[in-house]
Amino acid sequence: MAEVEETLKRIQAHKGVIGTIVVNAEGIPIRTTLDSSTTVQYAGLLHQLTMKARSTVRDIDPQNDLTFLRIRSKKHEIMVAPDKEYLLIVIQNPSE
Amino acid sequence: SCPKQKQHPEQKRKNAPGPAFLSHLPVTGHPDYIFPLVLTSATQELFCCRADVDVTGDEPHKLLRKEDILRDMKNRAAVSDFSPLKQAVLDYPEEELLLVFDQDFTYGQSFYLVLTAGAKEDILRPPPGMEEEEEEGDELLEVQKTPEPKPWLSLGSEREIQEESVTDTRPRVYKVSRVRRQFGAPVCFWDHSAGAMRGSYVECPSYQDKSFSLWRMEKENSVQAIPNTKSSSSQTLWKYPRNMCTQYEPRELEDEEKERLLQSADLKNFLNSVSARFELAIQQNEIMDVFLDDWRALGDEENVLGGKVDTHLKEYQSFTHTHYSTNKTISCLSWHPTVNGVIAVAVTENLSFEERINNSTRLLLNPSLILFWSFSDPINPQLLLECPDDIFCFEFCPSNPNIIAGGCMNGQVALWDISAHVDRLQGARGGGAARTSNADDTRDIAPPTVRYCAVSGVESGHRAPITDIQWLPETFEVSRTGTPLENKTLISVQIVTCAPDCCVMFWDLRAPRTVVNALTDTKPKPEEKTVENPYGVPSTFKHLDLTWKPLFRVHTHTHFSHSHSPSPTPPDKSVTVGDRPEPPDYGQLHLPSAKHQRQTDDISTKFYVGTEDGEVVYTDWKLEKDNDSGQLFSPKPTHCFRVHDCLVNTVSRSPFYLDIILTVGGWNFAIWKEGVMTGPLVLSACSQKRCSAGAWSLTRPGVMYIGKEDGNLEVWDLLEKTHEPSQIQSVTTFPITCIKPWTVSLKQQLLAVSDHQGTLHILQVPWMLRHPAANELSVSRYFEKEVEHLVYFEKRTEMREREKKQVEAEEQRRRMVRSSFSWWASLLDNICPKNICAGRN
Repeated sequence: MAEVEETLKRIQAHKGVIGTIVVNAEGIPIRTTLDSSTTVQYAGLLHQLTMKARSTVRDIDPQNDLTFLRIRSKKHEIMVAPDKEYLLIVIQNPSE
Repeated sequence: SCPKQKQHPEQKRKNAPGPAFLSHLPVTGHPDYIFPLVLTSATQELFCCRADVDVTGDEPHKLLRKEDILRDMKNRAAVSDFSPLKQAVLDYPEEELLLVFDQDFTYGQSFYLVLTAGAKEDILRPPPGMEEEEEEGDELLEVQKTPEPKPWLSLGSEREIQEESVTDTRPRVYKVSRVRRQFGAPVCFWDHSAGAMRGSYVECPSYQDKSFSLWRMEKENSVQAIPNTKSSSSQTLWKYPRNMCTQYEPRELEDEEKERLLQSADLKNFLNSVSARFELAIQQNEIMDVFLDDWRALGDEENVLGGKVDTHLKEYQSFTHTHYSTNKTISCLSWHPTVNGVIAVAVTENLSFEERINNSTRLLLNPSLILFWSFSDPINPQLLLECPDDIFCFEFCPSNPNIIAGGCMNGQVALWDISAHVDRLQGARGGGAARTSNADDTRDIAPPTVRYCAVSGVESGHRAPITDIQWLPETFEVSRTGTPLENKTLISVQIVTCAPDCCVMFWDLRAPRTVVNALTDTKPKPEEKTVENPYGVPSTFKHLDLTWKPLFRVHTHTHFSHSHSPSPTPPDKSVTVGDRPEPPDYGQLHLPSAKHQRQTDDISTKFYVGTEDGEVVYTDWKLEKDNDSGQLFSPKPTHCFRVHDCLVNTVSRSPFYLDIILTVGGWNFAIWKEGVMTGPLVLSACSQKRCSAGAWSLTRPGVMYIGKEDGNLEVWDLLEKTHEPSQIQSVTTFPITCIKPWTVSLKQQLLAVSDHQGTLHILQVPWMLRHPAANELSVSRYFEKEVEHLVYFEKRTEMREREKKQVEAEEQRRRMVRSSFSWWASLLDNICPKNICAGRN
């Protein structure tokens, strides 16, 4: 527990990071630093997007797999790392 | 002669031969049984029928034996004269043929042969009648006899007729006949089934003709593989449409579940493996923004194409009037908030106090004026407002630009209502056409003068010239004790004035509400005489005239010169100001009872005031209640800063940052941040000439204009330089009294500068000064830095103090130590001087 906390805190402490969310395989958030409605929205949408991205990568080459997804928008950058069972989402504002 | 006779077969004419015989005979005009013939001399001798010897005209006949003719024909064959008659001679039934010598060539030749026996008989032994007739015919004329029908003699014409006629060449096979009466009769058709009688029609079905079928042996084809597809369909049972709705909420885990998951080793491993990647990505973003387009962010200057950048303020127009504004000062100016191109200036006498007293009579006759200038007419002012006394400051009401409030030199507050002349202002601004038609009129007629429609009571007003007047924003109003209240009518109704008599007064435009019962109010007052209206003044503020009292006053102990309105609406109060119906009639407004109004706590009641001595005072206007005496009194100012050396002539809030204030006075200017009470953020160095006016730029947060005593206009850009102005421009030769910028449109920004000699200059702000640079928002950061600076300075002073104390303490101790040490040293010296010296060294 402490280790988990520590890792998440370390990521959150970086400059410009707005929030971190840990999501399970079904898209249900486990742990978050944002408010509930935003968390649920991010979790649901990004979970679907990650599944889609992963299936795209595997369709092209079945031996390949998705490791990291970065979405850059005008205001933020959303980073997603998928796993078999979990999903870690970090939102950062890079232009500060 | 017999053999000769025999050689001369008789030539006789034959009787009507068959058609075969006649076919080769030439068609001539002689009967068929006569055949004209030419006999050669040899033949004539052979047959003893020499012309004119044996046969003469009188005895033309000669009988020839058939055998002789035949023998001749055999002997001489084709040469024989009788050869064309071979067949006719053979067919002749009798033995002897008659040859007739034709002396007259009746039939074309010298001889002719009679081919028929009957004709022979007729010619040899002509019937007596004929003979006689012939004889008689030779001598006498012919006797006409009715011709008797004779049997048809075919002469060959039947052949032609037969050829021309149409005959059947073969027997007819079918004969179809129809009853005559059915010709042209209406016909009735009916259907007939084709299948009923097979034999009634003939069918020609298509059949495959082997000779025409081609087999394509070679064909080009392409094949594409697709995933397996399967067609399937399903049918749903659809009974009837039904409205249905679903409500859902996102799934969430229970807290225990979450705890359990957080404790799990899986999550730990996952995070450990993944966090490195994240850190890398986050650090990348921190280092630099890779998606920033440097080129685009480099500069967004539109018009600058290199070369010198124009930062000069161009003179756009200047207004002065020979009669109204010469030898006078413009004390205050203001742009008309709604009508474009109209600017109002307050013109005051340029006299000292003593001179005023000396010239008081003259001054009374020439009232002081506020002039309205319009860009369309630089010579004549459009409107004149008559003031009770010289006006030092005036402002348009923000909610109704027809109301103008001004503060006079004698401490009175005056109100004007120019609703009647707004059209003139707008018309003068707008139309060139209308003007040219009335050009003579406008030039001849002096501009209309509007008298003030209300003025405050002389006793109740200020006791010193009112130096600044401000309208309270329309979002709140102030009660009698100074507590800010919610303004339900959303129009500005209250004014704040300040004067060097140490008073800040709040005035309300509405009629005071009498405390007595409502009954007494509605009682008619017939004895009230109708007030005359000699000056044609609108009666908007009749209720205030000469009886106007301030709502309350704030006494401080400093002499005020300028004040600034309190902070405008706090951000979480969203008030829509647009779409207001026509401005309400101020005359009908009444002060509402204080009970009905809600107090708004989020309006700060503190404000900045600049004083005559150059102090900047930050104080609260809310009256406090003294617990002991129960009286209301105004609190002491919280902060007082002595920054300027002379009177403060401008206190102005930045249009961008609500808590940044500019004060100009004396030989310098200062920028303050509300809340930071340690000192000004920026204090400019003392300049050579006095600063007489100042204003923020409307579009660039770091730019301000400072007017100087020598008529120079300085442009200060905080982002460029803070120790000196970025630009100095000489506008006039007289001291500048007031500066006000105004945005006309996106492309044009004007700066109104008034000077001490009564001229109003309008300058055009160049693009550089009005277009905010890309990093203008860093001005806020600059201010923050300054704040930190101040904080640091404060801390530094403290630190210095501490340090100083420490150093002193240290010094003390050292001195003490040194002194004690020297005592010991001297003692030891006495005992053992060498050792100690060496040791010491």
